[in-house]
Amino acid sequence: MIEEKFDFTASLKKKLLITGLVGVVLFVVGVIAVMMGGGHEEAAHGAAAAGHAAEGAGHGAGGEHGGSWITRVYANLWINNVYFAGVALIGVFFVAVQYVAQAGWSAPIKRIPLAFGNWLPIAGILMLVIWLVAGHDLFHWTHEDLYVEGGPHYDAIIAGKKAYLNTPFYLARMVIYFTLWFLFFRWIRKEMLAEDLEGSTQHWRKLVGISAGFIVVFAVTSSMAAWDWILSIDTHWFSTMIGWYVFASWFVTGLAAITLITVYLKEGGYLSIVNSNHLHDLGKFVFAFSIFWAYIWVSQYLLIYYANIPEESVYFMERLNSDQYAPVFYVVLIMNFFFPFLALMTRDAKRQVMFLKIVCPVVMIGHWLDFYLMVTPGTLKESGGFGFLEIGMAIIFAVTFLFVILNSLSKVPLVAKNHPMLEESMHHHI
Amino acid sequence: MDSGKNFLMGVYEDEDVLLAAVKNVRSAGVKIHEVFSPYPVHGLDDALGYKRTRLPIAAFMFGFLGTILALTMQGYMLAIDWPMIIGGKNYASVTFVPVTFELTVLLSALGMVGTFLIVSNMRPWAKPRIFDIRSTDDKHVMVVDLDENKVSADEITRVLNNSGASEVNPKQFDDN
Repeated sequence: MIEEKFDFTASLKKKLLITGLVGVVLFVVGVIAVMMGGGHEEAAHGAAAAGHAAEGAGHGAGGEHGGSWITRVYANLWINNVYFAGVALIGVFFVAVQYVAQAGWSAPIKRIPLAFGNWLPIAGILMLVIWLVAGHDLFHWTHEDLYVEGGPHYDAIIAGKKAYLNTPFYLARMVIYFTLWFLFFRWIRKEMLAEDLEGSTQHWRKLVGISAGFIVVFAVTSSMAAWDWILSIDTHWFSTMIGWYVFASWFVTGLAAITLITVYLKEGGYLSIVNSNHLHDLGKFVFAFSIFWAYIWVSQYLLIYYANIPEESVYFMERLNSDQYAPVFYVVLIMNFFFPFLALMTRDAKRQVMFLKIVCPVVMIGHWLDFYLMVTPGTLKESGGFGFLEIGMAIIFAVTFLFVILNSLSKVPLVAKNHPMLEESMHHHI
Repeated sequence: MDSGKNFLMGVYEDEDVLLAAVKNVRSAGVKIHEVFSPYPVHGLDDALGYKRTRLPIAAFMFGFLGTILALTMQGYMLAIDWPMIIGGKNYASVTFVPVTFELTVLLSALGMVGTFLIVSNMRPWAKPRIFDIRSTDDKHVMVVDLDENKVSADEITRVLNNSGASEVNPKQFDDN
């Protein structure tokens, strides 16, 4: 069998770069639009927009409107970084699941989710930087005066969570999650690449063990990361489902991303082993975990709805009683459950690239909106919005993410030629 | 399914021989009535030229029936016949989801199993024909219905023998 290697061509890089520039332009236009919409008195000299934007940060601290655009940028940075960090993490998790399940069908496509892991260090650094810069604006619990007993803003509930929610421990956890994830990713990657050179089944056996270890670590850390990064925004609210909920959202996004990249690589003439049977399996994953996400969604919503305890239901009140967020609330349900459920139900839909190329992007955008809905109402209240700023920033992140993972994908052979189950995968038939 | 009375059976020892034989026999113009094997043989459906099962359509129909039934039942019981206000909630709401989900899955599963048993001639009151009891043990049995074929019995016997059958036996049924 010939060794396949992904060629990250100059023209593809150019296309990504142009898309990225479009994202930057949209983002700048979005920021200007928010600033002009925010400060009415400044509409007159809004023409000097770009220069003005740089000043805005210092300027905005005074007026309430001026402050909203920078917070909106912060919130979007957080949404995108949590979203793409999740996709990267799911890549490693998917590889680990395949090894632990000793799955044969996925042998030729495992390098694609593995490449996602290369985003992890970048996501980790970004997460730390964004938190240090924007944490105070995004997370209510970071405000010192909440903990001053007898003070005007003393909050007994938040003060009671101080043992867990305090800045040093929070940052330490963040660093620990990313370090563990990254080290496991490097370990898995090292063994997978060593297999290419030496070709004994020893590496495969070892990988089953490493992967089992990673899944244990992942189970705890992914859930805790969801509490830290998503749940702690709404400090008073609690949901025992949020760990699963964030995981489900991440997992569907990651599966859709893996499927989409596999489809495009296949169309680009790579992955000669992959046929419609493999795509069928990937499609099944997207289909099944869209249902899983909906199941978790209902599990969270139904109990809160039925019990109707104010401190729980406030989360959904903020979203459903808002003209801004209520439409997103329903759109998310349609894009992430009803659409993939009906579109991917038949066997043929999962085997045809046409359907996968429509459903996967819809699901990925839907889950981005899901994260938008988790973060924005708690951080921006009613001053949040959806416009060019959000779209531009998401495009910038997506392009950078793609650039990093495609670049790393081009560095190693695309198919693990010594994978002990490659032969089985070639005859995969369902 | 139970049409003919006179059959010829080719008995095969090996699944690879069987798969090749199915292709050869079909290309020789002989119509195969059925193949019995002790375990599922991969690729046999394709070799026999079977169309894909339409069972998923039945599953969808039954599932949809379950959805409708669940919503109608809950709507009638809790909103029309005896309106129940529980915890100040609407009559019809997201609380219907669990029951709707369960009934959808239940009817889809039961309907699918039932349909499968009926179309596979395995319903409880069915009297399936047993061609060669060894097909439940270690032999693959290819059955050719002589009434379905225009080719003569001698010719079919020759084709079966050439395709690698270890034995070729006639079988007659007097029922119907």
